[in-house]
Amino acid sequence: MTQLPPPSAKKLGLVIDLDTCVGCHACVVSCKGWNTENYGAPLSDQNAYSGAASGTFLNRVHSYEVQPEQGAAQLIHFPKSCLHCEDAPCVTVCPTGASYKRAEDGIVLVNESDCIGCGLCAWACPYGARELDAKEGVMKKCTLCVDRIYNENLPEEDRQPACVRTCPAGARHFGDLGDAESDVSKLVAERGGFDLMPEQGTRPVNKYLPPRPKDVEPEFDILAPYLEPVAQDGAGFAHWLDKALSALPGGAK
Amino acid sequence: MSLDQPQLDTSPKVSDEVRKTTCYMCACRCGINVHMKGGKVAYIEGNKDHPVNQGVLCAKGSAGIMQHNAPSRLRSPLKRVGQRGSGEFEEISWEEALTLATDWLAPIREKHPEKLAFFTGRDQSQSFTSFWAQGFGTPNYAAHGGFCSVNMAAAGIYTMGGAFWEFGQPDWDRTKLFMLFGVAEDHDSNPIKIGIGKIKKRGARMIGVNPIRTGYNAVADDWVGITPGTDGQFILAMVHCLMKAGKVDLDYLGRFTNASVLVNEDPNSDQFGLFLRDADGQPQVIDRNTGQLAPWNGKGVEPDLSATYRDAGVTHRPVFHLMADKYLSDEYAPEAVAESCGIPATRIRAIAADLARVAFDEAIELDRPWTDFRGKKHDKMVGRPVSFHSMRGISAHSNGFQTCRALHVLQIILGSVEVPGGMRFKPPYPKPATAHPKPHGKVTPGAALDGPHLGYTHGPEDLLIDDDGNPTRIDKAYSWENPMSAHGLMHMVISNAHAGVPYKIDTLFMYMANMSWNSSMNVGGVHKMLTDKDENGDYVIPHIIYSDAYSSEMVAYADLILPDTTYLERHDCISLLDRPICEADGVADAIRWPVVEPDRDVRGFQSVLCELGGMLNLPGFVNEDGSQKYADYADYITNHIRRPGVGPLAGFRGADGDGKGRGDVNPDQLQNYIDNGGFWLEHVPENAAFYKPFSHEYQDWAVKMGFYDVEQPYIFQLYVEPLRKFQAAAEGIGTRQPPDHLRDQIKRTMDPLPIWYAPFEDSHVDTNEYPVHALTQRPMAMYHSWGTQNAWLRQIHGHNPLYVPTKIWEANGFKEGDWAKVTSAHGSIVVPVAHQASLNENTIWTWNAIGKRKGAWALDDDASEATKGFLLNHLIHELLPPKGDGLRWANSDPITGQAAWFDLRVKIEKSAEPNEAQPAMPAIKSPVGKGPNELDWKVGS
Repeated sequence: MTQLPPPSAKKLGLVIDLDTCVGCHACVVSCKGWNTENYGAPLSDQNAYSGAASGTFLNRVHSYEVQPEQGAAQLIHFPKSCLHCEDAPCVTVCPTGASYKRAEDGIVLVNESDCIGCGLCAWACPYGARELDAKEGVMKKCTLCVDRIYNENLPEEDRQPACVRTCPAGARHFGDLGDAESDVSKLVAERGGFDLMPEQGTRPVNKYLPPRPKDVEPEFDILAPYLEPVAQDGAGFAHWLDKALSALPGGAK
Repeated sequence: MSLDQPQLDTSPKVSDEVRKTTCYMCACRCGINVHMKGGKVAYIEGNKDHPVNQGVLCAKGSAGIMQHNAPSRLRSPLKRVGQRGSGEFEEISWEEALTLATDWLAPIREKHPEKLAFFTGRDQSQSFTSFWAQGFGTPNYAAHGGFCSVNMAAAGIYTMGGAFWEFGQPDWDRTKLFMLFGVAEDHDSNPIKIGIGKIKKRGARMIGVNPIRTGYNAVADDWVGITPGTDGQFILAMVHCLMKAGKVDLDYLGRFTNASVLVNEDPNSDQFGLFLRDADGQPQVIDRNTGQLAPWNGKGVEPDLSATYRDAGVTHRPVFHLMADKYLSDEYAPEAVAESCGIPATRIRAIAADLARVAFDEAIELDRPWTDFRGKKHDKMVGRPVSFHSMRGISAHSNGFQTCRALHVLQIILGSVEVPGGMRFKPPYPKPATAHPKPHGKVTPGAALDGPHLGYTHGPEDLLIDDDGNPTRIDKAYSWENPMSAHGLMHMVISNAHAGVPYKIDTLFMYMANMSWNSSMNVGGVHKMLTDKDENGDYVIPHIIYSDAYSSEMVAYADLILPDTTYLERHDCISLLDRPICEADGVADAIRWPVVEPDRDVRGFQSVLCELGGMLNLPGFVNEDGSQKYADYADYITNHIRRPGVGPLAGFRGADGDGKGRGDVNPDQLQNYIDNGGFWLEHVPENAAFYKPFSHEYQDWAVKMGFYDVEQPYIFQLYVEPLRKFQAAAEGIGTRQPPDHLRDQIKRTMDPLPIWYAPFEDSHVDTNEYPVHALTQRPMAMYHSWGTQNAWLRQIHGHNPLYVPTKIWEANGFKEGDWAKVTSAHGSIVVPVAHQASLNENTIWTWNAIGKRKGAWALDDDASEATKGFLLNHLIHELLPPKGDGLRWANSDPITGQAAWFDLRVKIEKSAEPNEAQPAMPAIKSPVGKGPNELDWKVGS
């Protein structure tokens, strides 16, 4: 079994806005591209051009239907990747020490050279956030783009996870959730950000922002004042129009 | 275990070099950074400086590396050796391929240029391909707009000089209420997502109107699950409510629209329904300063919205009065349309009230003085912060043109077009129909066509028909069947060519158009037409030439294949002469350039056209000595001059490269673009950024930029007079008369004010027998058959269930894993079903173009796309079912000819599980083999 480090002051993670995510999968594929070319073994694909293809992804978007008691059913897009938990069960379950949580920023990583592909960590993760690569036989997971966020070969503005940089709707945010004054912490406070499955006791660093209420009835009377009739037919309208025009600037002519 | 952490290199080298070009994974045309390692493509991300995507990139764009390296890439020119449709080919040299093409095309051009039908699909080089076709002399050229969204584009141009997407966008930074009507989620892809993100961030509101609540509609604050084909009813009911309540922008309507233009009201006059005009032909208004007639554009004129004019016993009333007569009538009331639309009347009123509240109570003002075309100075820019966007969802119906018109009119009466917070045009738009060319179709053997093929008709005199009324064009565009078919009718070409109506052709030449699969209705029928032989054993369509980069379903049906490059191996220009990529605040264009050279014997299609143009001696493609004028497409992009000082690219013009919009040829222009990140951008001056059609400041800038050569301000056409001219002809007025069988249709549908009529299929099939609407949507993470079946994206959309709403799901006792038989008046399919509650209760739908044919795209025969995937196309015919009048009516909009994909009516029942989705077509032989089973794509060490 592997020990977790003492809690770090810096807790890097993602804040994902479920009100804004349109379910486009941009983050999924950008992640696939970056992490195939970078950290550790490439993310492989089986049956790439046959049958039902399957491959390794570190981030996936699921869609769930919600049927409220009143009103139309809703569809929620739910991107999911490693939540970099403070009490990460995937780390403590690892028999070789390959899974670890970084002492300096809390990122949970797999040291692939020590990974024996036993799959215990994927079993222990309540979120299903880890995937064993079928070709390489090592466990793959979100690295929070640890090879981007500190990378001095990238322009400073690009030092963020690939999924955040690419998200077209701006539904993904990256930052230090250990710092109450950070933009992401403020966003969580403003929008009521929540932990995923808090009952699991994993204390995830990543937060989700809830969808705003939908299909809310308007608070004003729909007829008055906005749609109060000024006429019943074309002739009545022309009469109203003459009066309305004479009330416009220069209309008294 | 210890707490020792491994040493990590957190600053690994990212790439050797970044090459900036333009994405081609869909039509959105974002800027991309292509990271190279060892000369290979390693990673693709969005370009932060690019005006379209501002750094972000969608799933398709990020999967470009799989497209560029796809096993389905064609490798060499191919000559058919088996029967058409078999997929039996032999590889040939480019010399042999071009000689063969020239042997077919040169005799056609010499005697009957119209016997070449040259149609390009979703390509982005239409100003170039049309120029080639014009030089060839055939009238038979168009791109794919006829089966895509011509209703939206044409309705926008005729009404207000532009529509959405490439023409205009919501003012994302200022709008407070955004209303999205049925949309193809990639039109346009990233800018809509960026815009929705901005709206959400500001806490502004979004209403989605779509039978299906996915994607953008899933994040909308309010969802209106409308019945397909009834958007026009819903929109006009809101027009009714707003007009009846006087919640219209009178100042804006009076100054900037033809609401004040006077219309002849005498039913006995041959001018009935036409504008009162002066000797110069200018439509007349009453000037509020004088109470007298004045031209709409007279200096200092203050048009009166309400004054009428009587002359020689004939009353002329302003358009606005005609609108009041029409839209205040009870047939447009919410209560009259609620059941049909599937939206309660109270909800329609609530949305109309919300539009009124935001437009008028939350109006915004910018302190930017500007001057209108009548010389009036305005010290502020007033904004109505409601905005709209829509594309295929409302346009791909037989009532789509009028529905799109209705939406544009709704925006205009609210005063929300080209104002802060509303809908904004993107330069070089706005551009009214009168500033576009008219269609041309005059054929002269051995010579060029008499002008550009596509344009805008303004009355019967502009139709492309002969003295007997027969269509000039193979697709019957600009005929009485569809007088305003501004993008042609690509979906009718094969059907008409096979029938020999209006005439037989010799060669069908197509580019990037999967017409034997997802881009055609009646897929099986099209296969028969493409392979049918006459009594001599010759193919009815004698020659088919096709260019594509990939092994699409269409390849097997061609005789000669000209293999194109991938988008990372080619030159292209995203030109202002074509389908631009500008933003409301800036004019922009861009290039593609070969960031890698092809490793196969393939050539960019446009370069091949330069060669063919030289070999065929086409005007514009040969020098005076008869030699080939442009070595390749890059040469054309750099050196072609369309009008004095205006070429394909507007940036970095002139010998010094500092010309903007206008200027001489710059031999280093492409390198200047590469050095600038692959694009050029020039901002609209602040005081010209709104009110563009009416603004002297904008018009002056537009002329400087070369969009046009003189200022051409105009007013919005709530009342479209050309529609009335066609309608009048159908009533018997004028010398150019429609055939009798079309008179009623023209009279009924070509109303000069927006109307709604039921989709045509509803009156050709028994709606009790076929009670269900069936639709497709394009997924955000897959772009039909543009590229290939991408190894990463097919893991997101590898097959396409038929989504079924709760009412139908329960009525049929469906369970997860079930299959259903879906039947239309035309055919049946058997497909897997899935339940979706967030759906209009009478609508089923599936993802577009996920289904693939066995043997295509280098997929294995057991690929899920071929075994579980399917097309709805099998259920849709290009003609409506017979209704006993001895005629077969087109399944198209009667005004523009747009394919009415979304009119489809079906019935659905549970089916036993077949081995695979039906109909299962036999496999075609792959000219490129099959893809590898496993991928681990890492190009670096």
